[in-house]
Amino acid sequence: MPERSPMTLFSLTTRAMSAQMVRMNAATSNLANAGSVSSTEEGAYRPIRAVFAVELDKASGLAGVTTSGLVRAETAPTKRHDPSHPLADANGDVFEAPVDETAEMVEIMDASRQYQNLVQALQTAKQLMLETLRSQ
Amino acid sequence: MSERLFGIHGAALTLRSERMGVIASNIANAATPGYKARDIDFNAALDARLGNARGRAVIGGGEARLLYRQPTMPSMDGNTVELNREQVAFAENAVAYSATLSFVQGRVNTITRALKGE
Repeated sequence: MPERSPMTLFSLTTRAMSAQMVRMNAATSNLANAGSVSSTEEGAYRPIRAVFAVELDKASGLAGVTTSGLVRAETAPTKRHDPSHPLADANGDVFEAPVDETAEMVEIMDASRQYQNLVQALQTAKQLMLETLRSQ
Repeated sequence: MSERLFGIHGAALTLRSERMGVIASNIANAATPGYKARDIDFNAALDARLGNARGRAVIGGGEARLLYRQPTMPSMDGNTVELNREQVAFAENAVAYSATLSFVQGRVNTITRALKGE
């Protein structure tokens, strides 16, 4: 891990907000690919999820969060018999991306709520810091 | 010196600021699998810090010890952050920080007035 300055409340919130953005983008990509069709089972789109990990800063005792990676769900694509489809295989089947739209919407809502929460916490902390600075 | 000037409030302000960081960490990790929410026992930490400043030997060396929060309902991924509780704790801590800060300001004003001889 590269050398960097100790974590402050600001950098902590920045990283957490970026992590929530990654999560929201992943869910949005899944929604965008909902209903996409492929001619092979392997070629079908699989939903992606962001995985978070704790990033402990020993100097300040703060615990930040990072996106440790993206994983693809191991759900099998939905096979649909549709011989008239241009992408249909020899048996007349197409493979649809297994995206659960409701779950993705909930994921986006959850991410945006947590993002709001972070912004509010940062605003309060910033206001207190300014008050402390301004007091003579 | 700072303890004689500000009494309990100097140590309390530092602790409030530390606690703000701890709660902000909890809020940041609300979606991290396996993260355990932590908090500072404010009274115990303040006692320890004041005892340390007065030269008494204290168990733990006056460091603010972090305790794990007991979840109302454990979640499947092992995360024990409950956003509502963290929000309330953050707000309570912010108000207490403001109060302590105004006490410190009052002390400073008193001393300044005494020095100026108004």
